[in-house]
Amino acid sequence: MNVLNRRKMIEVNGILFLLLVVTVAACALIGPVRIDLYRALQNIFSADPNAEILFRARLPRVLLGIAIGGGMAACGVVLQAMLGNPLACPQMLGVSGGASLGGILGLIFFPHWLVPIGGSLIGEISWVPLAAFVGALVSMFLVYRFSLFHGRLHPYHLLLSGVIFNSFVAALIMFLNSIVDFYQAQGLLFWLMGSLSTRAYPTVGFIFAYILLGFFWLWAKGLPLNLITLGEEAAMQLGVEVASVQRQIFIASSLMIGAMVSVSGMIGFVGLMIPHVMRLIVGSDHRLLLPASFLAGGIFLAWADTLARVLLAPAELPVGIVTAFFGGPFFLFLLYREGGKKLAL
Amino acid sequence: MNPALQIKNLVFAYNDRPVLDGVSLSVEKGEMVGVLGPNGSGKTTLLKIFSAVLTGGGEAKLNGRNIQDYSRRELSRLFAAVPQESRVHFPFTVAEIVLMGRASRHGPFGLEGKRDLIAARDSMEATETLSLADRYLHELSGGEKQRVMIARALAQEAEILLLDEPAAFLDLKHQVRVFELMRRLNRERGLTIVAALHDLNLAALFFPRLALLGGGKIVRDGTATDVLTEETIREVYGVGVRIHHDPVDGRLQVFIRPEIAFAKSLG
Repeated sequence: MNVLNRRKMIEVNGILFLLLVVTVAACALIGPVRIDLYRALQNIFSADPNAEILFRARLPRVLLGIAIGGGMAACGVVLQAMLGNPLACPQMLGVSGGASLGGILGLIFFPHWLVPIGGSLIGEISWVPLAAFVGALVSMFLVYRFSLFHGRLHPYHLLLSGVIFNSFVAALIMFLNSIVDFYQAQGLLFWLMGSLSTRAYPTVGFIFAYILLGFFWLWAKGLPLNLITLGEEAAMQLGVEVASVQRQIFIASSLMIGAMVSVSGMIGFVGLMIPHVMRLIVGSDHRLLLPASFLAGGIFLAWADTLARVLLAPAELPVGIVTAFFGGPFFLFLLYREGGKKLAL
Repeated sequence: MNPALQIKNLVFAYNDRPVLDGVSLSVEKGEMVGVLGPNGSGKTTLLKIFSAVLTGGGEAKLNGRNIQDYSRRELSRLFAAVPQESRVHFPFTVAEIVLMGRASRHGPFGLEGKRDLIAARDSMEATETLSLADRYLHELSGGEKQRVMIARALAQEAEILLLDEPAAFLDLKHQVRVFELMRRLNRERGLTIVAALHDLNLAALFFPRLALLGGGKIVRDGTATDVLTEETIREVYGVGVRIHHDPVDGRLQVFIRPEIAFAKSLG
């Protein structure tokens, strides 16, 4: 009887964690400028160009990529399970559209404002990501309200209202895009394609902690999620307070997605593909699938972003192009090899 | 006499369409009751009210306490439900599905312990599904799937087993196997069984007590001979039948004769 046990949990997550550590080191070292690691380590706290690039330009960006990739993948896992839809992804909740719209409005109307508390506390934060996060919260509230029937969240309505809300917002964004000037239109592109950039450590630390917190909230719902994939009634009969779990998953993942989009725009594909890849590799049990997807999502996005930096150096590709370009064929290959047995549902 | 399950004047309506209109029924510990009735007569609704998936008006008690007053966790240890048909959206193995019956017994991060694995193995043995343990649920035939669902219900180690037309989509051989399994679980483990059933003959053959739902009420309640009469069946199902008894063992068999009802309505 081959079921999830402590050994499998430790083995799978341990291997992925080691890969993650290797990824952090490798991705920080790879870049258009060659880095002398010995010198960089010697001069961590002084103004050596090697240390500057490695520790203050690349490393925070790699860490940010890991947090966002992991968060996207974890949200993808729980949304696919809760909505019972293998096509579900973080973009589907409508929150991402709301965040983009908020960010774009911020960009157009007050691009140069800075938050007064910024500086020392959470790093250089401009109004733009905050406006995006406000947009995310507003859309989260609206989508929630439209998916509520008889006092509880209906997954089917949630899926529909999220998708429709996003199309509506996309129309608004395109409208804004056609009335702003060229320079601002370039800025809009960030929200549509998504990309990572270097941020100060306090900002990265704050985002990392925020996403980890959200991840643990979702992970705590791993077992109920297993049961919910059997159907709502079956889950209730097996002891799950289904309505409460659904509400918590919606809130936790919306808060995570809102923050992630505020920081990096809408990076696609990670949240759709990684859950499927990991399901094929480690199985469907969410107690393992969630941490494994988080780690794998982080690894994948860190490498994708490294490629985005290197491929056309010194120019940068939007990371969303890389995730889809390399992730797509890999996923199709895996589907071809494993899908026949495991996905013939 | 201490009824495990007791409902009084239970009413339930989907929006404005009443389904149950004053149902009263009490089931003793260790009893095996088959609930009969045409489509839409409320058999499934009744089972769902028992497991608190739906809430009806009136009184529904389990071990003397209102069903709504139990938490879902508590209920999942008292009732185990087997659905009519089951689908999974993601690839889970049979062992994983059966272990889900143990979910209410450990915390959210907790993994299954020895006790859970023993319960799962034991219930897979009882339902002859142990050899399927590492197969994916969606690879199995209808009969195998249904036995896996019963195994999951057994793994819950609940007192009462609720089955909703457990043999509805199965062929004759697998129907009989499922009915034999229900009877064995009732006799050997003392499980209380309440099942919604379609097939009158199998119900008569295996269930010592039948309750017939019609028009939102229990029309008849008793042994097969009490419940399955030509007149009652014609009234409730609107189909003419003849009841015969096996000349050897005297057991009852329902023969379908649609022209009888037709003749009656003409006459």
